[in-house]
Amino acid sequence: MQFESFTEFLNMGGYAFYVWLSFGVTFVAMAMIAIQSFIKHRNLMKQVVVEQERKARIKKARLQQQGSM
Amino acid sequence: MWKWLHPYAKTERAYQLCSTLQPWFWVGAFVCLSVGTVWGLAFAPQDYQQGDSFRIIYIHVPSAILSMGTYVAMAIAALVGMVWQWRTAYMSMIAMAPIGAVMTFIALFTGAAWGKPMWGAWWVWDARLTSELILLFLYMGVIALYGAFEDKQQAGKAAGVMALVGVVNIPIIHYSVEWWNTLHQGATISKFDNPSIAPEMLWPLLINLLGFAFFIGAVTTVRLRNEIVLREMHRPWVQVLATKQVSKQQSGDAINASVKEGS
Repeated sequence: MQFESFTEFLNMGGYAFYVWLSFGVTFVAMAMIAIQSFIKHRNLMKQVVVEQERKARIKKARLQQQGSM
Repeated sequence: MWKWLHPYAKTERAYQLCSTLQPWFWVGAFVCLSVGTVWGLAFAPQDYQQGDSFRIIYIHVPSAILSMGTYVAMAIAALVGMVWQWRTAYMSMIAMAPIGAVMTFIALFTGAAWGKPMWGAWWVWDARLTSELILLFLYMGVIALYGAFEDKQQAGKAAGVMALVGVVNIPIIHYSVEWWNTLHQGATISKFDNPSIAPEMLWPLLINLLGFAFFIGAVTTVRLRNEIVLREMHRPWVQVLATKQVSKQQSGDAINASVKEGS
């Protein structure tokens, strides 16, 4: 351990603002791109299912129409 | 020799490969980034000139190196797409662009936060900084150009040409500290025979470099899968997969809703 105490670790030899700002922004940016990618994946999968259901409904309606005619 | 590669041009195989690799990438990224960051922040010795501010190196250098590495990978994907007409190659190209842009942003931002205490300025129009900023614009250009076309095969070609032309910027970034008289310090670890950094400082840096690489790999696999699903929406295998996943996620909610709608 390079630091005597936790307070000293947080202080980063007087460069606390710059060091923690860099690390904070970095990990927030990385988390954001990762989360965005996963949310997109979920929404896409839902979209595929919704589209499928819509097609099935259209097909069913067509069959019913043909049957009634 | 390259025959083993060909099945992966098929989107289904590429999707499976992504799914197999992804958990390993996430685990690797998590482990390496935790170890490297904690080691770098708390256990690596202080720099004799820069004190503790040098610890920004543990995210600045990996993100900067990999912002260029990702660009090269993206350009290779574009080249493969153009030469062999692989749709999957264009998809991987566009899957890599956003994470590359994020890496470039991180490199620029951490550079600014390091430059302020060391140089006294957040930003200077220095060769290294300016060429890295151009890299960010290149990434944005590729993403924007791809988004501008309705036909995604066309989009891939257009964005691919841009990605390939932009490769000229990579050596400029790398050699900018030698070619021009810049404020930015010279290379630290690319001189492997004689790195200008102490081993106890170098190890956490290399571990973090690996961690960032794993992270980029992980995000790329997620995004490539998204791209494949988006483009292959009407293929039966995608539909089967989506049905399985969505029903698992909502634990029957989706099925209930469709039953209600259907009745």
